[in-house]
Amino acid sequence: MDNLLVAENIVKKYGDYTALNNVSLSVPRGSIYGLLGPNGAGKTSFIRIINQITMPDNGTVTFDGSPLEQNHVKDIGYLPEERGLYKSMKVGEQVLYLAQLKGLTKTEAKERLKYWFDRLEIGDWWNKKVQELSKGMAQKVQFVVTVLHQPKLLIFDEPFSGFDPINANLIKDEILKLREDGATVIFSTHRMESVEELCDHIALLDKSNKILDGKLIDIKKQFKSNTFEVGVSTDNEGALLSVLEDKFSVASASFKSIHDDVKVRIQIDPSSTPNELLSFLTNQGQVNHFTEVIPSASDIFIQSVQNN
Amino acid sequence: MNHLPLITKREYLNKVKNKSFIIMTFVSPLIMIGLGLLIGFLTNINKNKERIIDIVDESGFAKEIFSDTTSSTKYRILNNIDLAQARIDVEEQEHYGLLYIPKVDSVSQLGESVKFFSKDTPSLTLIADLESKISKRLTDINYKNKGFDIEKIREARIRIDINQESYTGEKSSKLSGGLKLAFGMASGYLLFMFIIIYGNMIMRSIIEEKTSRVIEVIISSVKPMQLMLGKIFGTSLAGVTQFVIWVLLLTILSVVLSSVFGVNMSEMQSPQQEMVQEAMKNGDMQEKISLVLNEIHNLPLVNLIVMFLLFFIGGFLLYSSLYAAIGAAVDNETDTQQFMMPIMVPLILAVYVGGFTVLEDPHGMVAQVFSFIPFTSPVVMLMRIPFGVPMWQQIVSVVLLFATFIGTVWFAAKIYRVGILMYGKKPSYKEIYKWLKY
Repeated sequence: MDNLLVAENIVKKYGDYTALNNVSLSVPRGSIYGLLGPNGAGKTSFIRIINQITMPDNGTVTFDGSPLEQNHVKDIGYLPEERGLYKSMKVGEQVLYLAQLKGLTKTEAKERLKYWFDRLEIGDWWNKKVQELSKGMAQKVQFVVTVLHQPKLLIFDEPFSGFDPINANLIKDEILKLREDGATVIFSTHRMESVEELCDHIALLDKSNKILDGKLIDIKKQFKSNTFEVGVSTDNEGALLSVLEDKFSVASASFKSIHDDVKVRIQIDPSSTPNELLSFLTNQGQVNHFTEVIPSASDIFIQSVQNN
Repeated sequence: MNHLPLITKREYLNKVKNKSFIIMTFVSPLIMIGLGLLIGFLTNINKNKERIIDIVDESGFAKEIFSDTTSSTKYRILNNIDLAQARIDVEEQEHYGLLYIPKVDSVSQLGESVKFFSKDTPSLTLIADLESKISKRLTDINYKNKGFDIEKIREARIRIDINQESYTGEKSSKLSGGLKLAFGMASGYLLFMFIIIYGNMIMRSIIEEKTSRVIEVIISSVKPMQLMLGKIFGTSLAGVTQFVIWVLLLTILSVVLSSVFGVNMSEMQSPQQEMVQEAMKNGDMQEKISLVLNEIHNLPLVNLIVMFLLFFIGGFLLYSSLYAAIGAAVDNETDTQQFMMPIMVPLILAVYVGGFTVLEDPHGMVAQVFSFIPFTSPVVMLMRIPFGVPMWQQIVSVVLLFATFIGTVWFAAKIYRVGILMYGKKPSYKEIYKWLKY
């Protein structure tokens, strides 16, 4: 597969502390790549290396086919978790300045800025100072700063923090649109529901090591436990439960149902198939509910970190 | 990509467009002038308070000595009263003091027998004034008694002005000495002030970038070194702008004020100015001006200006890079205190060493050594140069200064690179030392 960014054997040490220990990652072009991990796992260290804010002690980063160098700065947009703009500078001036630092000319920057300010409906803020804006408003400006120079790689560190649900949705849609337009997105967050929603690839860092990476769907397959949630209505609930407990490992379950069901989670042996379970169940009563339990990103996260 | 000009420009515009900067630029000269006037006014009030000094004179000389009635101190000679009674009276009337001149056989005995009584310790100038008054009159009387003609003695007095010349033929005089000192001190202090004011400004602007968290966005686009240099250059330019405006405003204001109010600004003067004036006491105005112009012309002007610029720039950059490092290391201004010491000590040392040793002997051992140490050389060398420093010394000192500047920028950039991304913790010297190795 075509990778926009390949990091190989990255080592970063701060004095005696190792922040990244031989981490290798490949970010496929056009993907939304979730970079996950508990606090202090090394995510920010990794992101800073891609942004060339710090240099790795060892290892190589390849960007768009060539070794990462200063010139690539203009192809990368970075929204850091610690947001910040010059407080006493006017919004327009500020965005123009930051865009010029990313290599745009003033005229180019002005044109694109108009587009984005109209799109996010923040046009009348041009002459306002940042200190007069609310937190959410400043976040929008910062989002524009991140994407204005049309980078090939976008790095968002907790992009939704500080946004109300409406604006968070707006930003989410913008991110998806940017991806459609050809950008690749690295997305670092603790919010697992947005990982489910957005990411197609993930990597999980813990204690300076990469413990997991790949397509989200593959990882989910890898973590599935052959467990099914079933709802069966029967006259003799006690008999049903004891039969099930004899044959399978059973746990109680709760889900919404309009029937007066026996609700259980059943884990089957990997060698048997869901069909076998289903046909067994149909003999016991009326099967109203039958779903495979898919591990959530959150489950995978917690399980992997706890086992590490 | 070289963003240095862009960063410098933003930094400069951001500084000069800042409201408090503009206010400071235009209000400070007014405040300074105002303070000057206030001080002058206050000293005048102090002086103008009428003092009455009573005199008990048993010798009969007092009448001649204290015939002058123009000064703000009034002398009253008490008649027909003895010392003991006079003391009680004067204290009751709350007059300033009582001078007692006893009866003596000859004038020469008065030297040590005159007494002054007062409630508080009298002011030094008053006593000195009294002493010189009495001494002068008594000397004249003494001359007369011994049969000398005072007029002839005055005529016979010879003033001497030694014309100084170095072996290379460079002429100098007390006047030029004073000018040189004034020039040296002025440039030394100027640099000192500049470093403190604008070094702090650089430090604050870096702290601001850190606390507003904009830093991470910026350094994902530019190298920390460029950002730091841009900040230093931009702030320096803003500083130069402010300084030039100050000098212009101060000059204009003092000219206007002294012509409108007839206030003589030169009344508030420094020892160097006094030296210059002392040397100019003779001759009329025209002659004085041409004398000063001539002396200024005789100073090694090109050398002075070139070296002033070099040392000023070098010295400021040296210190400002250290200020930048401190700004990067801390989160807020209160935490800067502990790191200010290593900056302030050499700076203050430079000003004091410069002030004392250069005044004493511009080419003395201490003055020479300190004009080579890069942290003190800008101030001390600037003070020395007007007195003629061999070119090789100047060049060595400048080279040392700029070499050290490169060293401190490297050092500051290391701290800066790590420090700007460190939040929330007040670093110790030990930690900063560790950052150097990251």
